[in-house]
Amino acid sequence: MGNALRFSRRSVLKTMTAAGGLGALGAGLPWTPAMAKTLVIGFLYVGPRDDYGYNQAHAEGAAAVKAMPGVKVLEEEKVPETVDVENSMESMINLDGASLLFPTSFGYFDPYVLKEAKKHPDLTFLHCGGLWTPGKHPTNVGSYFGYIDEAEYLSGIVAAYASKSKKLGFIAAKPIPQVLRNINSFTLGARSVDPTITTAVVFTGDWSMPVKEAEAANSLIDQGADVLTCHVDSPKVIVETAEKRGVFATGYHASQATLAPKGYLTGAEWNWAKVYTDFVKMVQGGITPPNLVRGGLKEGIIKTSPYGAAVSDAARRHADAVKAKFMDGSFVIYKGPIKDNKGNSVVAEGKSHGQTDIALESMNWLVEGVTGSIS
Amino acid sequence: MPPFMHRAVTHLSASVSALAVPAAAVAVSLALFGAFVALVGVDPVEMYQLMYRGAFGTWFSWQNTLTRASPLILTALCTALPAQLGLVIIGGEGALVLGALAAAATGVALNGAPVALVWPAMALAGMAGGALLIGGAGALRQWRGVNETISSLLLTYIAIAVLNHMVEGPLKDPASLNKPSTAPLADTYMIGTLPGSSVHWGLVVGIVCAVAAWVLMRRTTFGFAARMVGGNPRAARMAGLPVGRLLVVTTALAGAAAGLAGMVEVAAVHGRASASLVAGYGSTGILVAFLARQNPLAVIPVAVLFGGIGASGGLLQRRLDLPDASVLVLQGIIFVVLLASEAMQGRLRLFAFATPAAKEA
Amino acid sequence: MDHASLGWWGVPLAVLAGAIRVSTPFLFVSLGECLTEKSGRINLGLEGTLVMGAMSGYATAYLTGNPWAGVLVAGLAGSLLGVLHAAICALERVNDIAVGIALMLLGTGLAFFLGKPFIQPQAPQLPAIPFGWWSGSAQVRSALDINPLFLVGLALAPLLLWGLRTTRWGMVLRIVGESAEAARAMGYPINRVRLLATAAGGFFAGVGGSFLSLSYPGSWNERLSSGQGITAVALVIFARWDPVLCVWASLLFGGAGALGPALQSVGVTQGYHLFNAAPYVLTLAIMIATSSSRHRLAGAPAELSVTR
Repeated sequence: MGNALRFSRRSVLKTMTAAGGLGALGAGLPWTPAMAKTLVIGFLYVGPRDDYGYNQAHAEGAAAVKAMPGVKVLEEEKVPETVDVENSMESMINLDGASLLFPTSFGYFDPYVLKEAKKHPDLTFLHCGGLWTPGKHPTNVGSYFGYIDEAEYLSGIVAAYASKSKKLGFIAAKPIPQVLRNINSFTLGARSVDPTITTAVVFTGDWSMPVKEAEAANSLIDQGADVLTCHVDSPKVIVETAEKRGVFATGYHASQATLAPKGYLTGAEWNWAKVYTDFVKMVQGGITPPNLVRGGLKEGIIKTSPYGAAVSDAARRHADAVKAKFMDGSFVIYKGPIKDNKGNSVVAEGKSHGQTDIALESMNWLVEGVTGSIS
Repeated sequence: MPPFMHRAVTHLSASVSALAVPAAAVAVSLALFGAFVALVGVDPVEMYQLMYRGAFGTWFSWQNTLTRASPLILTALCTALPAQLGLVIIGGEGALVLGALAAAATGVALNGAPVALVWPAMALAGMAGGALLIGGAGALRQWRGVNETISSLLLTYIAIAVLNHMVEGPLKDPASLNKPSTAPLADTYMIGTLPGSSVHWGLVVGIVCAVAAWVLMRRTTFGFAARMVGGNPRAARMAGLPVGRLLVVTTALAGAAAGLAGMVEVAAVHGRASASLVAGYGSTGILVAFLARQNPLAVIPVAVLFGGIGASGGLLQRRLDLPDASVLVLQGIIFVVLLASEAMQGRLRLFAFATPAAKEA
Repeated sequence: MDHASLGWWGVPLAVLAGAIRVSTPFLFVSLGECLTEKSGRINLGLEGTLVMGAMSGYATAYLTGNPWAGVLVAGLAGSLLGVLHAAICALERVNDIAVGIALMLLGTGLAFFLGKPFIQPQAPQLPAIPFGWWSGSAQVRSALDINPLFLVGLALAPLLLWGLRTTRWGMVLRIVGESAEAARAMGYPINRVRLLATAAGGFFAGVGGSFLSLSYPGSWNERLSSGQGITAVALVIFARWDPVLCVWASLLFGGAGALGPALQSVGVTQGYHLFNAAPYVLTLAIMIATSSSRHRLAGAPAELSVTR
């Protein structure tokens, strides 16, 4: 198998920004019987894999891989972002013969994944985070990520229709660009429906703090917010608190619909099952997976939860129309003029940043309409 | 028997007993844990075979084990040193974190200076950070009568908050977008691995510190005085020993050990300070110290044992579908059984003939 | 005032509501620990007991459909850990602080191990009593949706104080805690008294844990406790081993924990990590202010190792 991989490594495109192409490539491959030898694949999660959130989304992807023929899946959960990452991967490689690894936490990349990849140039490491830089990072490393803020924009639209108080609440872990982008897209989506809407943000400080998250949810509801959403590792407590207090919620990472049958509107979900099965098909077929994969709704990396019962027809029509534009690639979220919440212009009139624009990756502002600031 | 032989036999018997009791405790714990996993439907024999393979079965497993053991040696010293004075310190995690933060800030500030200057400076900064925290707990105990166990734990929570605040605020590298951290250490300042292995030099640092701590506590006047305070504080005070100074210096040294572990984590593993530094080495270190019966030398093999348990945890998850918490349960059982076995210490009649001889002597 | 939004008025309301919501686990653990410490022993393992209580309570409520059965099982699991603590401490030369740390680890480990299948399911929650029916404001109504366990805790505190001061068993407990020698001379079974006190303490801590999983935040997962169990042990020292003062101390802590999110929801987001550390800083500051190197704290049981 090593030979087949080495042969193909030089031949296929090194970088692709659209996983749509990736899917087509993977699906179009003939199943080569020569590759029937079992492919051992290792998944590493940073938290518990049944957290209704980040790790569960990845574990669902792994479960889809498990159902494929000719693979053996190894899973390790709660692997901290330390030398343990190297050790766990090394152990999977040495003791279990893994040749394809999915280290799924953002913080695993530098230095752990890079070190292991240099050490094992004939194995493939596919990391979730979208961090690969040509020339700087080893070629047997791939990194993938999705523009989940597209789904957040749609959630914002739906939230705007559901809100009576015109106040939305966002509970976030840390003020990092990925999180800020979700907050801003959600708010822009809502304000595209009604420009008087505001979003209040609470940062809890860490990725999993259930008591703090519940406290933040209650505080936001007390301040009049009637739709909550979040960017933390496990949205379970927040969605449940919203349901208990009788307000709406939109989900994140995975579907939390079953947790809030009355108030769950929609949600931004990862579609790792598609991404992972595509990757595995490529490796099985002897094709080197691209080093950088990014995409959104159009490429199938992101999906939205089915609309809940409380979503009005008008909201569905509006959100579906925008979603159709995302699907044909004609919609741009960050289109000037956009001001931040201190009144400075951040995207000038006539300028626009498409999803792939690198400028969006270092976002450090909150859009007009968000209450709160980045310390 | 001639008297010198009596003494030799007595000494031997004492040390065999000192080893035999913890060893028996570990054996009992393994049996208990085996029974526990059998209850959830896992074959204990298969499990222990896997654990052995994952921890010590191959050269790779040994490297995995030793890499995990190296921070544990230093964080265990953070508990073992104050224990000589009868104090229970559980703030190793906080000292590690603060030491790491100080070391990373120093390494970044001195960027461009020669390695021979940067490493000692980082080590000193790390040790100072840890010493400040645990020495602080010692000082509070001495001058305000605040219980050191609880204060060291509270200080740990505060240290973690300070780490988060600094790496997301004043010390944040603007380029560390989605994983807030300090600026990375230049490659030349990274501590490498031992030749022919993937184990970094931190292991050697840990062993040297453990030996030094043993010499300090067992072979110097300082150590003698410290242990006297631990044995009987009132008598020590009456004998005119500077109890306060001993207490603060020892706790500061303990914190320095954990702070050094933080420096090694930054310079050999992470390359920067970030929230990922909070990885539980401090809490496992407490366990290592107790299992080593607070003996700085014994800390080394016990840390290796716990490194091995940690190294085998992944295999248990992958092959047997046991939850990651299995390692916690096993550690908890070992700790509990070991403490219960304290009562057996010295009562074991392994060398029945030696005991009367000891009385005679 | 705007009916839907409270603006800055929301901060004191959130702190008050938070104090009630967040304080209950603190209250139960500190009451339990108070009882244990009065017998002359400290149980640092209550953090593990709390987590174990949260898990076993949630699992039981899910499996039986009855949240009160969950509370009971959580308490029983807690007393089991308490009995283990007491039994080991009864052996010679065993340090109670070390046993506590060991049980903290074991309790947490067991809860995580056994609790895996219960992270996903939703268990029935404890009902709340709507004390805010009179108010027109939804926020006030929600703040006054009070869990009966909180009220039980409130009632328990003066009851314990009365019991310790005036009943026979309260006196025996205090004698054992003040001087084991005197108790032995009077023929009281020291170890049995301490065993009962630790088991009762464990029961309370287990119930406190079930509040976390069955009421607020009302879900079981591995990050549920952020050190509430151990902070509550420190609270007892701050409350001078007085059950009624434990109530005030717990409320203070609950409020301190609610301050950060409340301030952020009105737009104050700077330095939130430092706000989040407020409860720990507060505990430490109070311990420094109220301890003394010269004399034992008022109310401290003389046999207690932490105060010597």
